[in-house]
Amino acid sequence: MQGTILLSSSSDIDIMVHGLFSYKLFGHTFWITTTHVCLLIVILVLTGFSIAANRAMKHASEVPSGFQNVVELIVEMLDKMVHGVMGKSGDKFVNYIGTVFIFILISNLSGLFGLRPPTADYGVTLPLALLSFILIHFNQFKYQTPKEIWTDMCSPLPPWLPIWFPINVISELAVPISLSLRLFANILSGTIIMALIYSLLSKIAYFWPGALHAYFDVFSGCIQTYVFCMLTMTYISNAIGEEN
Amino acid sequence: MDNITGAELIRACSAIGAGLAVIAGIGPGIGQGIAAGHAASAVGRNPGAKSDITSTMLLGQAVAETTGLYGLLVAILLMFVQPLK
Repeated sequence: MQGTILLSSSSDIDIMVHGLFSYKLFGHTFWITTTHVCLLIVILVLTGFSIAANRAMKHASEVPSGFQNVVELIVEMLDKMVHGVMGKSGDKFVNYIGTVFIFILISNLSGLFGLRPPTADYGVTLPLALLSFILIHFNQFKYQTPKEIWTDMCSPLPPWLPIWFPINVISELAVPISLSLRLFANILSGTIIMALIYSLLSKIAYFWPGALHAYFDVFSGCIQTYVFCMLTMTYISNAIGEEN
Repeated sequence: MDNITGAELIRACSAIGAGLAVIAGIGPGIGQGIAAGHAASAVGRNPGAKSDITSTMLLGQAVAETTGLYGLLVAILLMFVQPLK
């Protein structure tokens, strides 16, 4: 388990997802991989934090102190971010966007603690992007009439001339692919570069990789988290339309 | 030169192809630089709107980055997954 989950302690280049043990289901072989284990660790940490935050807010005082301060800071920051982009309709989405934001952020930052970041696996980012895709189009059909959607899909040309319709369908289908690939490729490239440095330059890699961790894990991870949530919110508020 | 096997040739060509694929990073580099330059001049004209300009710039840069990341993905697939062997 030392060499498979922990990235920084391995002696040779180790960037791939490893299968830990397999099981058979309906005639197919499935693997429990390092991604599952790292994801489980992230989820356990988040669950522990949520329970602690819930307990802190049950005994909340008028003047916040200690842990209550931290929880209120996080909630206020997420509220401000979502309402700044989505306006009034942000009330309905702040829970989902906040959850996704915290989950992706902790997943990206888990590279600091020697885990392989779960978001460096396409199997984690694609479901997140598909959830965004479903949200976008559910809200589009909820808040817009079919005529408006048809006009939108033929958009540079008038609605009675749907030459542009297939191109617009392709651009709609490209949204989840580009959302998921952007997050995946950014985190994976950071993981690969850190693995190359730790394995190929292991004799001299003592203190200075800390600067690279600060860039690839902290800076890049925070930016990509922000971008994923920001793009999801922008697409959703486009789908809802102006009148709301 | 006679003892190069076909698999070795494919590995070597995959490495060259991976190197060629990351040339795609030039375009996003230029695009992100243009976005950052315009954002800097916008902050110079209107320093009060700094946070809005920064978030818009980061969003635009992340979208512009996508094509470069596709090139990077092709390079990673050629290097580590080796679909052609």
